[in-house]
Amino acid sequence: MSTIQFQLNGAATSVDAAPDRTLLDVLRGPLGVTSPHFGCGAGECGACYVMVGDRAMASCDLPMWSVADKDIVTVEGLGTAEQPHPLQRAFIAEQAMQCGYCVSGILISAAALLKRNPSPTEAEVKAALDHNLCRCGSHNRMVRAVLRAASQMAAS
Amino acid sequence: MSTASPAPTLPVSLAANPKLSSWVRLIGEGRIAISPGKVEIGQGIVTALAQIAADELDVDIIRIEMIRASTATSPNEGVTSGSLSIQQSGRALRHACAEVRQRFLVAASERLGVDASLLEIDDGTISGPGNVRTSYWELAGDVSLDHDANAGATTKNFAKRAIAGHSVQRVDIPDKVFARPRFIHDCALPGLVHGRVLRPHVSGAKLIALDEAAARAVSGLVAIVRDGGFAGVVADSEAAAETALKALRKGATWSAGEPLPDENDLAGFLKSQPVETYVIDTRMAATTGKPIRTLRRQYTRPYIAHASIAPSCAMAQWAGDDRVHVWTHSQGVYLLRADLAIVLKLLAENIVVEHMEGAGCYGHNAADDVALDAVLLAKAAGGRPVRVQWSRQDEMAHAPFGAAMAIEVEADLDADNEIVGWRHAIWSNGHAARPGRAAQPALLAATEIANPYPRMISTNPPAANGGGGDRNSIPLYDLPAWTVTSHRLLTMPVRTSALRTLGGQGNVFAIESLLDEIAALRGEDPIAFRLRHLCDERAKDVIRAAARRAQWKPQKQSGTGHGVGFARYKNTGAYCAAIAEIEGTDDIRVKRLTLAVDVGEAVNPDGVINQIEGGAIQATSWVLKERVRFDRMRITSTSWTDYPILTFSEVPAVDVEIVQRPEIEPAGAGEAAHGPVTAAIANAVYDCLGVRVRDLPITRAKIIAAMELAS
Repeated sequence: MSTIQFQLNGAATSVDAAPDRTLLDVLRGPLGVTSPHFGCGAGECGACYVMVGDRAMASCDLPMWSVADKDIVTVEGLGTAEQPHPLQRAFIAEQAMQCGYCVSGILISAAALLKRNPSPTEAEVKAALDHNLCRCGSHNRMVRAVLRAASQMAAS
Repeated sequence: MSTASPAPTLPVSLAANPKLSSWVRLIGEGRIAISPGKVEIGQGIVTALAQIAADELDVDIIRIEMIRASTATSPNEGVTSGSLSIQQSGRALRHACAEVRQRFLVAASERLGVDASLLEIDDGTISGPGNVRTSYWELAGDVSLDHDANAGATTKNFAKRAIAGHSVQRVDIPDKVFARPRFIHDCALPGLVHGRVLRPHVSGAKLIALDEAAARAVSGLVAIVRDGGFAGVVADSEAAAETALKALRKGATWSAGEPLPDENDLAGFLKSQPVETYVIDTRMAATTGKPIRTLRRQYTRPYIAHASIAPSCAMAQWAGDDRVHVWTHSQGVYLLRADLAIVLKLLAENIVVEHMEGAGCYGHNAADDVALDAVLLAKAAGGRPVRVQWSRQDEMAHAPFGAAMAIEVEADLDADNEIVGWRHAIWSNGHAARPGRAAQPALLAATEIANPYPRMISTNPPAANGGGGDRNSIPLYDLPAWTVTSHRLLTMPVRTSALRTLGGQGNVFAIESLLDEIAALRGEDPIAFRLRHLCDERAKDVIRAAARRAQWKPQKQSGTGHGVGFARYKNTGAYCAAIAEIEGTDDIRVKRLTLAVDVGEAVNPDGVINQIEGGAIQATSWVLKERVRFDRMRITSTSWTDYPILTFSEVPAVDVEIVQRPEIEPAGAGEAAHGPVTAAIANAVYDCLGVRVRDLPITRAKIIAAMELAS
């Protein structure tokens, strides 16, 4: 057990955890942050993505030691109903989901994309989401939502 | 006024649950609770039902609070499946709400002293001449809804509907984008502990010995549970439960398993098993043309996994040793309760089963299985609630699969290559082994406990419910003669149950592929050929709409191909036509799918489009990529690497047109696209490459094999 400190959604956070415990387990367990979802436990589906710095990463196989002093953002930190992130607004506007279980990971991948590329093409959006699986078939709506958010961010 | 029949009858769900208050209740100021027996499984049903209720009651939809199904309070509507929720729950709610509205009008008339026919309702406020007004909530004390529904209640004429028939935003989506816990996976009950179950990697292997010592040493362990071949752990965190399970697995001794079929010869396997054979339908023509030759074709599809993004999850909490509360994402809370009662030897009344949303559900997955797992593990948790979540590996290996199918179709052709006879024969396991419908339970752990129940061999729903392996096997086309035969396997080495469309996808693939082949043989346009064999105008309309929208038939270009597929789901539900545009030489890509759909009244048109888009994309994934893999001992496709599905870059553009028919009773949209899209892609492959691939999935290897066979 060791004390690991990092930034979580802008707030200094400190947890006592075994260094090899996964970030997903710590987020969902002691920290009660439920937007990153368990899907496969092997980094293959994207449901558990969180932003580490500017990158979307699977938190299900990310050991706690590796996030020390890092800046972690989950959907809880993207925006709220009162102050939504443009992506959140766009996902509602496009009704971009069916079950929605994969959506938090996809919002994170999209947010990371828009940070490094504020005006992506459709192909770039798809490429950025290729590590996120959606089983319900809402892909095209999600791509439209990301493009909509990008154009709104450019306009504002 | 609506189309009242001479002898009115209640909608089926309302007849089974007639008390109005079980569907509609006034709660608080300005709020109305609507309590359907159907559940949200990612299809948007809760929103569509809220629209129907709001419309019929004349209130804004934001006043409606949708209540999750629970055996404690909800009407029993069986299972949320078969694209029937709008038909069953929607009709019941429309009828119940119409009667509630009428009862309030009568009460308002008495209170205000105004004839009911002069009163109007606007967002729950009832007003009349002379500026008199009251509201549902003011009258709540005057109107009891603890009455049985009256078959004579009159629902609104479709032309007067202001909410149903118009696209509205889904009520569940804001929670899901703002990370407000809504999924069962995210629910934190006070005192919650975590369970995991030990399942074999070898198919059919049974636990015969277990050394628990290493697991007992795991920090955070609450209990180890062993009941015959069922074993699991309970711990105070998920991580501890995983660690304990890993330790337990090292101490497990398993029996030899049961052999699995040859995955490369599924048709040979299916056709060599003992079967129950029945004739689904036969039609004899008074006169038919003289058959000159017969085309004989075999179509196959593999086992297909549900492969929800979330592994199945449930929670259970015991009160004493004879009462248990279960939280589940099952499709049928009452049906699950019935099976739990059998296994636990408890009265059903002692068990409450409450629905919470899970990830997208495409049929009978492991939701029910994990609920029994949670109930069994929670027995050892001293009254604390236990949450059990399956591993990805167990989800892909132990949940039921959609059944593999071999379908032989023979078409007798006359001298003009017109069809004069048609024989369609299906070999498949049954497509349903759902809980709650038999004297024995269908739940996985029930086959593992000390006094185990046999594994339920899947059967087929009756024709009246759309059939199972035989679903959509009777041609909708006006062929002069046919015989349709179903052979249901009596063995089941690979566990199967209901997956979207049941046998519909396979049967539509077979029928539409052979029709396409015959049209090509005749040199006739495949759409003209289909239209010529259909007399149902709704069927023709969706085909014509899809053709128009896709600008059929685009000029042939090298390396591209177009194909069409059509079906009416279950031959009684939604009509759907699909046109696929593909490109490629041996490895194909689906570029675009154009669909037209007629569900009758589309209650939430954007919801219908979303379901059709989703069905089309999922079907594309099935057709191009999906196949449950196994060797002779174990299921091997237990990860996303071994069971790949369509990715964002591979997803085609999908364009959907709704043929709106607001005057016709609504049908569900969730399963309409799979069969037509499957056939459209296969037919586009022929158009593009000149070969027919009759063995799904249509992979590069299958295309090359078909090319070699053709050359």
